[in-house]
Parts: sequence; structure tokens; C-alpha cells
Amino acid sequence: MSDYVDELMHVTDAGDPTTGDVTISNYTINFGPQHPAAHGVLRLVMELDGEIIERIDPHVGLLHRGTEKLIEYKTYAQAIPYFDRLDYCSPMCMEHTFVLAIEKLLDIEVPIRAQYLRVFFAELTRISNHMLNLGSHVMDVGAMTPNLWLFEIREDCYNFFERASGARMHHNYMRPGGVHQDVPLKLLTDIADWLDTRLPRLFEDAISLVADNRIFKQRNVDIATVSREDAIAWGFSGPMIRAAGIPWDLRKSQPYDVYDRMEFDIPVGTRGDCYDRFMVRVEEVRQSARIMKQCLRDMPEGPIASTDRKVVPPKRAEMKQSMEALIHHFKLYTEGYHVPAGEVYVATESPKGEFGVFLVSDGSNKPYRCKIRPTAFSHLQAMDFMSRGHMLADTTAILGAMDIVFGECDR
Amino acid sequence: MRAPAPAYAANLNGETIEAVRITLGGALIDAVEQVGEVALYVERTDIVDALTKLRDTPGLEYQQLMEIAGVDYPERPERFEVVYCLLSLTRNHRLHVHVATDDVKPVPSVTGIWPVAGWLEREVYDMYGVLFTGNADLRRILTDYGFRGHPQRKDFPLSGFVEMRYSEEQKRVVYQPVSLAQDFRNFDFQSPWEGAQYVLPGDEKGMLPEAKGAPTPLKADDIVKADAARAPTATPKAGSEPYAKTTTDSTANTGAGKADAGNTAAEKPADADVVPTKGEGQNQ
Repeated sequence: MSDYVDELMHVTDAGDPTTGDVTISNYTINFGPQHPAAHGVLRLVMELDGEIIERIDPHVGLLHRGTEKLIEYKTYAQAIPYFDRLDYCSPMCMEHTFVLAIEKLLDIEVPIRAQYLRVFFAELTRISNHMLNLGSHVMDVGAMTPNLWLFEIREDCYNFFERASGARMHHNYMRPGGVHQDVPLKLLTDIADWLDTRLPRLFEDAISLVADNRIFKQRNVDIATVSREDAIAWGFSGPMIRAAGIPWDLRKSQPYDVYDRMEFDIPVGTRGDCYDRFMVRVEEVRQSARIMKQCLRDMPEGPIASTDRKVVPPKRAEMKQSMEALIHHFKLYTEGYHVPAGEVYVATESPKGEFGVFLVSDGSNKPYRCKIRPTAFSHLQAMDFMSRGHMLADTTAILGAMDIVFGECDR
Repeated sequence: MRAPAPAYAANLNGETIEAVRITLGGALIDAVEQVGEVALYVERTDIVDALTKLRDTPGLEYQQLMEIAGVDYPERPERFEVVYCLLSLTRNHRLHVHVATDDVKPVPSVTGIWPVAGWLEREVYDMYGVLFTGNADLRRILTDYGFRGHPQRKDFPLSGFVEMRYSEEQKRVVYQPVSLAQDFRNFDFQSPWEGAQYVLPGDEKGMLPEAKGAPTPLKADDIVKADAARAPTATPKAGSEPYAKTTTDSTANTGAGKADAGNTAAEKPADADVVPTKGEGQNQ
């Protein structure tokens, strides 16, 4: 108390500290793991100098469920639902990668209609994922209304997913050799109407509120700029590398399924800041809608899964008549199919970036090793250098523009 | 390759392997193309040098390290394999580099080349216990604070050793040994007559799986090659030429007077009484 009185009486001099004075040291705080802006269970140990961030040490793994270990004990068909639960905001894209990896090892043909359906729903997933991310990003920096409007679109997407697969979030829709079931024509016409009317109206309305908003720009422009060199060295992918000015999109450069037939543009950022990352995603939504319209226009009639009965199970109606179909069904749902031995790394453009599966098969009916390459790992690791020198309040903008989901990051 | 997998410039595989052989020299143990992907096997001690060369040599230019995956093969003398998945943005090509190690021999860290390797190596360390020298921050990353063991090893049980619950008496979360209400069940659906690894004479065709997804001792790579040979390579005829033109000017065109292809001496069985069965016969 006497020190305090001395200080008030100007007995001590703050500019010339002596023994007994309080020296200002760096301040360490915990951000999360339970924080609404942490987008899940992220714990950031931050070292602050006043309000300036000196160092960030992200602690991840609080949602680690051992997915890769579990997959080693499941047959290939049983492993697909685990992929829905990785990035639960874009489940179809996760399945897509795994299914493509299995097909690469099996070397199995996929009917064209199934390829179109996969691309179609992967793009719908991209829209639904970006609705969540764009909405939560604007909410993290202080705007409320756009999030509510964007969630309307997300809700529409989930209704469409439900009509296609029977489940709103964990679809388990894609299969090696095709997709699980065909979609009704009414669903396709409804989505076509939605793409023409409701999606552009709601989306453009919501984005018009923030894209040119002064406060939104003040919170995002020139925050956490990333150079091209840094983006490459830190293993960035997806919107993060495109915002840094590198036109790299796996759908374009390494097309899978029928992406080589699609016409779409790749948005590229100029400054590599949070605002660029936001706007790249905004434009990706428009391009996704464009791809979906082309899918609707060009999608042929035909089978939706390979007719190879050693991989794709027969339909139930067939099983009532055919003994062979019954045997195939029984074998596929007990033993499963055998994937020939080999190692592949298959990566696709998930809404968050490059999502990869390194699949090692030993020729049995279960994967020997299934390493999942999450997009979040490289992006979140860059959090430290991206936010250095920024204010504490910028953390939420930086994190929001990264698009991290912990189901995928922690696996 | 019939599967609609991501189509990067796989036509560069051959020339990449050639270039890598020249560039890496003695550090390279083996370079193979499997299932349309290039896999390099590199000496553990030379990994940093090799990856630096792969990144910086013109004509290779693997700018990005996308993933480091660990794999456990308990039967090998050096049981762990660390796999670096590289991507070239300029050449649109991928490859993976494999390094063998065990739980005491450390792998040199590549954080100096790619800073992203920091967390990726931490994960391999956490999951397998592979050590990386030069990684300044080799802590556990995915498992809990104070976790013991390396869960992705094949000898680590799926259920783990401990489970946690909230203790009402101690008013905190406590760890206790796992108690399973039902024994862990792992079904082996391998049929006893599908385990045979040898090939009966005359049954070489039986090696090829009768359908995709059936058990086969072949590697995925061999199947891709076999399928490529079987797939029709002739281009479809143009509309103006609905059928191929054939001439019957000489016997060379018609094949008259020649023995039937299936009737040549080479095709006939040595012992005429024993006709080899096609594919998998009842007796085999």
C-alpha cells in the first residue's frame, strides 16, 4: 500500500524503475478451449505485450477421436461414415476423397451419372460449408444479420442433402464405384429453382451488407497478410493459397470425376489478407452454383453405381429374385471387398483446401493404414506468424478467415 | 487407370524417376512407380539433403510438403516408415518419399526446408514415437496432456489402456484402467481356402481377380497394368467408315492354309489326356 501511496505522491519515477517497482512483463492468456470464436475446441496460449500479440501457441487435439486407428479395424465400407464426421461442415467432400482413393487402388470404373452426382453434391457441400464459414466470420468481427441469412441457405442445403441421402449431416452417400442411390427428378428440379432464385437473392443480399462495409473492411483488410512464398512454404491450399495470389485449384489442375468437363473460374486474391480470403470464398460460392447448373444441364441418365457386384452391393429388389445377388449382398456386408495391395495419396479440393488420404492397403478387406491429411493442420500452424504484431481482437478475424473445423483437424 | 482419381501429370512419372536417379545419386535406395504414383525410397540420414534437392532442382521443383504420414510394419527390422508427400505446383506432379526408421533411430527434421513440417513431425512422433532431430518443438500434439504410449502403433490396442470419467467424490476427471462391458471383437472373414499364396501350374490366369473387389494376391499396380493390356486400344471408327476395309487379294490376308491359332503345337497340352482347367476348377 505504501508503494501505491509513494507512486501517487510521485516519489517513484516510472521512467527509471528501481528495485521494488512493478516492471511490465509479457502477459500470457488462454483463448479457449471453450470460446465462441474458437470455432470448436481450440486452445490458444497467447503471449501479449499489452494488446499486441507476441506469440501464439495453438493447442489442438482436444477433439481427437482416433479416427485413423478406428478405420484400420473396419472394412472399407464401414470406414466411409467416419469421413462424414471429420469435417462435419463439408461431409460429402470428405467421403469423396476416400472413395476416390479406394477406386484408384481397385481401378474400378464409375458410371458418368454417378460422377456427375458426386460433383453436384460436392459443390452443394461447398456452398453449405462456405455459408457457415462466411457467416461465422462476419459474426466474429461483429455483424449479426448476414449470418442469419446465410444460415437460411445452409438450412436449404441440408434439406436437399436429406432428400438425396436420408441424412442431414452425416450422409454416407458416396460409395466406391458410384453413389448409394439415385436422386428423384423432383429434387433436381427443386435445386435448379433454388439455384436460380433463392440462393442468389439471399446470398447477394447478405454479402452486400458486408462486402463494402467500412467496419468490416477495417477489421479485415491488411490483417494477417501472407505472401506467396509463405503460403507455399507453409503448405497452404484451397482459398488460403488462392487469396495469397496463386491460382491453384485441384479441381482445375488435377481434375477428378467430371470436373474436367466443367467450366468455372478460380478467384484469386491480390493482397493475401483476411478480406481476400473472405472474398475468394464469396466468389467460390457463385462458381459452385455455376458448376451445379452445368451438372444439371449435362447429367445423363444411366446407372448410378458400377455394376461390378464384387464391390457394389445389389439392390434389395434384386435380392428377392436372385440367389447370386443374395450371396453378393451377404459377402459384401460381412467380409466386404478386398482392395489390392498398394499405396496411394489422393487429394481433392475440399471447401477448406487440399484434403488428402494416404491409403495403404495390404490386399485384405480392411485398410492397413489410412492417413488423413487435414487442411487445418498447416493453416492453423501458420496462426503464429500470421497474427504476430496484430491486436488481440484480430485473432477472431484471422481464425474466422482460416476456416478451421476441429473434427477434421484433430481427427 | 480407369478410376476417376485426381488426374495430375502422371505422364511425367517416368522422366521424374530418371531425373531423381541422377539428382539424388547414392541417397536414393529405390524409385518405383506404383498405381500411377512415384514412390522414392531414400536413406534416412540423407533425407534433408534429398528433399532440398527435390525442392530446388530445376525440373523437379517440389515446392510444397503436403503431408508426413507414418506407417507401422512391426515385422520389419526398421518397423516405421515415414512418408513425405510432395507436390509440385509448377509441374503439377506429386510423389512420395519413404524413409525407414525405428523407435530409437532419429530422422533428421525437415523444418529447415518447410516450416509446415513442425506439426506434421510432431504428429508422427505422437502417434508412432519416431524421433526427429532438429525439430525444436517435438511435443505431443493430438493426444491428451500427459498421455503415455503411441496409439497408432499396431501393437497398441484399439481400446487403449485408460479411460476417464468424472469422479463425483473427487470432483474432477479421473483416469482409470479400461473396463469393457463386452470383450473387444475383431472378426476375421478371411476364408481358409483363400489364404493360399502359391500358384498351381497352369493356373497363372487365376492370379487375376475374376472381378474387382475379389481377393487377389496381386498388387494394385499389377492390376492396373493387366487392365491396360486388356482394355480395347483401337480407336472407334469414324462415321464415314462404319466397318473396316478387308481385302482378300491373297492368302496372306485371309489366313487360308494356316493352322488355327489354338491348334499350334505350342498351344497343345503335353499330355493330351490332361486338359488344364480354365481359371479355378473344382479340383483346385
